[in-house]
Amino acid sequence: MKKMYDGGKIVAGLVIGVGLLMFPFFYNAGRAAKAPDPVLTPKAKEAKECVAPTPYMKAYHMQLLDEWRHEVVRDGERYYTTGKRGDKRFDRKLMDMGRHFAAGVGEDDQIESGKVYYKSLQVTCLDCHSNKSKFCDQCHNYMGVAPYCWDCHIEPKEKE
Amino acid sequence: MAIDRRKFLKIAGLSTLFGMSAKAAVDIFAPGEIEAALPPLTEGKRWAMVVDMTKINDEIMESCVKACHQEHNVPDFGDPKVEIKWLWEETYEHTFPGQKHDYIGEKYKHRNFLLMCNHCSNPPCCRVCPTKSTWQREDGIVMMDQHRCIGCRFCMAACPFGARSFNWGDPRKAPKELNDGFPVNLEYPTRSKGVVEKCTFCAERLAKGLLPACVEAANKIEEGSLVFGDLEDPDSEVREVLRNHYTIRRKPELGSNPNVYYIV
Repeated sequence: MKKMYDGGKIVAGLVIGVGLLMFPFFYNAGRAAKAPDPVLTPKAKEAKECVAPTPYMKAYHMQLLDEWRHEVVRDGERYYTTGKRGDKRFDRKLMDMGRHFAAGVGEDDQIESGKVYYKSLQVTCLDCHSNKSKFCDQCHNYMGVAPYCWDCHIEPKEKE
Repeated sequence: MAIDRRKFLKIAGLSTLFGMSAKAAVDIFAPGEIEAALPPLTEGKRWAMVVDMTKINDEIMESCVKACHQEHNVPDFGDPKVEIKWLWEETYEHTFPGQKHDYIGEKYKHRNFLLMCNHCSNPPCCRVCPTKSTWQREDGIVMMDQHRCIGCRFCMAACPFGARSFNWGDPRKAPKELNDGFPVNLEYPTRSKGVVEKCTFCAERLAKGLLPACVEAANKIEEGSLVFGDLEDPDSEVREVLRNHYTIRRKPELGSNPNVYYIV
């Protein structure tokens, strides 16, 4: 094997360099931040159910909101009827959801069908979930997403 | 029968040429006929408003503007250059520019008129919008979708009535002393910096079966000063008023077919 010129310095430099690069990983090892749990307000708890089953809402609330805003603003359809098992639209969602949450969807997660809600983030969603910082923000921050809903839609003033 | 490359290219080329020339031929010999043959954008209901200037005074106009701007969280920046307006007042010569002459009566010369988006049947703003964030609904309302607006302001250039305003800044940063308790209506969003906004004939109120905020405010003071209704319905109040009064519209010569009528 050929001799490496200035081998000692290079190897030492590499060790220090790689060490510095890896520092954040070693420093944070075993200290993964726990995923925050959304906190329900007493009003939300009392309602027991949302506009769709909880696992669906957890994974797809952004899609539901996107559909809502499209239907409300562009189609002028302002009311949402909760789906039942036979409902095509809802079954598709359940199937989509099943891929991720098959284990999470039981009979308990079925919600009462035929209930009508006014499609509005600001008026309907935030009426129950009036604790935006504990219900929306902490998860969004954890995931590193910054939805721009709140640039326009007014969030309720939190009491606490 | 197999076709070779040469034949295929010949057929493809000829059919492209034919397809293109057919459209061109129609355009040359009968311009606009293809467009005219398309069904009109407004089908079914067609909302319209009649502004009875013989009944409206400054007090009514002020309360209308206030009601509208509070209902929709329209900020006041206190600077006409960045002004945002859904409903506003303007002089006779600015309202009906073609109608001005030197001998106009005093009662028109020194008074303001109430202006808003005309919700044209042939809206130029919608033709120029590159994202379809402004478009005409089935019921004739020229609607705005701020989710889609990219702030190019083509619509503002296209609108002959100045009915559109641009958010040069965040409306929530409007001076506090001019906007007491802004945003006032917690059931309606504000807008964000960089989008265009305008009157929507209170689409959100119509959906609930309510009249537009300005109509409600005006009729509280003087019944019949603002009349709102469906032009397609021959028995509606607007049609009744239009039958019995001589009405004019702003800049009808432009062909945008405004749906706001004025009794002067």
